[in-house]
Amino acid sequence: MSRRVHRSLWVWLGAGLAFLYIPIVSLVIFSFNSSKLVTVWAGFSTRWYGSLFHNDQILDAAGLSVRIGFISAALAVVLGTMVAVALARFGAFGGRALLSALSTAPLVMPEVITGLSLLLLFVAMEQAIGWPAGRSAMTIIIAHTTFSMAYVAVVVQSRLAGMDPSIEEAALDLGARPGKVFFVITLPLISPALVSGFLLAFTLSLDDLVISSFVSGPGATTLPMVIYSKVRLGLSPEINALATLMVAIVGAGVVIAGILMNRAEKARIRDEQMALAGDDLPAANPVSQA
Amino acid sequence: MSRGSQLPLGDRLAAGPRGLTSTLAQLPPLRLLLNALARLPLSGHHAVIGLPYLWLGLFFLVPFVIVLKISFADQLIAQPPYSSLVDLATEGYISLKLNIGNYTFLGSDPLYFNAYLKSVEIAFCSALICLVIGYPMAYAMARSDPAWRGVLLMLVVLPFWTSFLLRVYAWIGLLNNNGIINNVLIGLGLIQEPIVMMRTNFAVYVGIVYSYLPFMILPLYSTLEKMDLTLLEAAEDLGCRPLKAFFTITLPLSMPGVIAGFSLVFIPALGEFVIPDLLGGTETLMIGKVLWDEFFSNRAWPIASAVAIAMLSLVVVIMAVQKMLAKHAEASQ
Repeated sequence: MSRRVHRSLWVWLGAGLAFLYIPIVSLVIFSFNSSKLVTVWAGFSTRWYGSLFHNDQILDAAGLSVRIGFISAALAVVLGTMVAVALARFGAFGGRALLSALSTAPLVMPEVITGLSLLLLFVAMEQAIGWPAGRSAMTIIIAHTTFSMAYVAVVVQSRLAGMDPSIEEAALDLGARPGKVFFVITLPLISPALVSGFLLAFTLSLDDLVISSFVSGPGATTLPMVIYSKVRLGLSPEINALATLMVAIVGAGVVIAGILMNRAEKARIRDEQMALAGDDLPAANPVSQA
Repeated sequence: MSRGSQLPLGDRLAAGPRGLTSTLAQLPPLRLLLNALARLPLSGHHAVIGLPYLWLGLFFLVPFVIVLKISFADQLIAQPPYSSLVDLATEGYISLKLNIGNYTFLGSDPLYFNAYLKSVEIAFCSALICLVIGYPMAYAMARSDPAWRGVLLMLVVLPFWTSFLLRVYAWIGLLNNNGIINNVLIGLGLIQEPIVMMRTNFAVYVGIVYSYLPFMILPLYSTLEKMDLTLLEAAEDLGCRPLKAFFTITLPLSMPGVIAGFSLVFIPALGEFVIPDLLGGTETLMIGKVLWDEFFSNRAWPIASAVAIAMLSLVVVIMAVQKMLAKHAEASQ
């Protein structure tokens, strides 16, 4: 339902969106600047993209970040989905409140605290049982999985809550085992949430500077850590070029994912409506024929 | 897992998930755990609840106990740089030594208290500014043509998907003395000398409001969109002026969104490190940056832990207040 609102509100909305996009646009524009001075326009050039692709430090870090992102997002999807299923489908069980609290707490925890506490855990564990020996990509993966599984749990839980449980109940009534019901019925229905949960976890991992800085060791330098050390020394046109590439990839990815999910959702709603409409047609419904 | 295992990570991935689990299963603690689990009479339900429980317990709950423990330890010049609390004394007694010196130190040095207060002030004001900017935006979005809502929503969310660090970096280019904003203003002849904006509290506010504005808009939008507009029509029919209708109907009904948005900005802004570090100057002391410096520059692990505990208690108090307010807002509807 839409309602007429005052014109000044549209101006405000436009100005607010401009505020959100001006910094990103300025990054993109000045990535094509030929001068080393990032903020003074000297002519169009793609030289910074060339030097970016020859910067091994940035490329190695980007590769490591993508690997860490993939593994931690995959782990987060599995664990986060388990939390969501337990909270949304298992009814009351002992320790439900604690699980709910534990799984949402990482969302509000300041990053410096999560980072510090995990590092102290890894040091204490190394002293006590010798594992993990030193900090590496492994410790970053554990840290990222821990905070991003909370986001996955929230996304999947809201999808499960909005889902009609009667299909699952019907399958259970017909004698399917709970595990089978989950994999054959629930999983396909929540797959859009799993995809967005994965993308969210991957983005959070790829973006994290603070927690990675705490739990990483020598040899495991992620992309945000490299960017941070460069940015601290001042503006760098290579970073602008990198930012432009990331904006382009993420922008394209989000738009494509949005369109695909929208289409899948529409198809699902159409199918459901057809299935419901089918009830009215006696020929399509063997039960009413009998 | 040995130090050398950093490199073969890719190889192990290439070996596929079975390769990864077999390497994981070879680790002594995990192998013991898996063997123990295999012997228990477990159903699928237990595994679905138990696995995330184990993970969160080990990697989220236990770490806080350790932080709490180390906040009571002495600073040592050793690896790791803190003392152990429990000692096996010579007569076979166990002695527990709690050092509250770290906390009294935090209380006695005004640096920490000022940073604490300044963080609360900056986070609170930023959340308020986000509310003032974000509410009209969310309102306009929620009352727009339904066909447009998806696009507008995507426009608000999209910046969130691009790197936070790079978006903060972009503001350095905009706010610098020889940055884009000053260049434009000088070019237009509006100012002669550049305005100093970088490394001030102003830059920190801009950075926080900019980064967290979407977190304010999203919950506001979802409550405003769900609102029953017939209430407003009824008020109008009865002669209520639009502005009065807004303050007596729309605003109270959107309170849950206001509370959610406010805490989604306030809490992360409180512990923010990147923004005060990159945009702030010496006048901007925020508690997240203090913790970072204690840890990385001074290697003062016990002090950093005490700062973390102080910060955590604040977050817990804020969460409790937020829960109370949310309950109150819900009850009054």
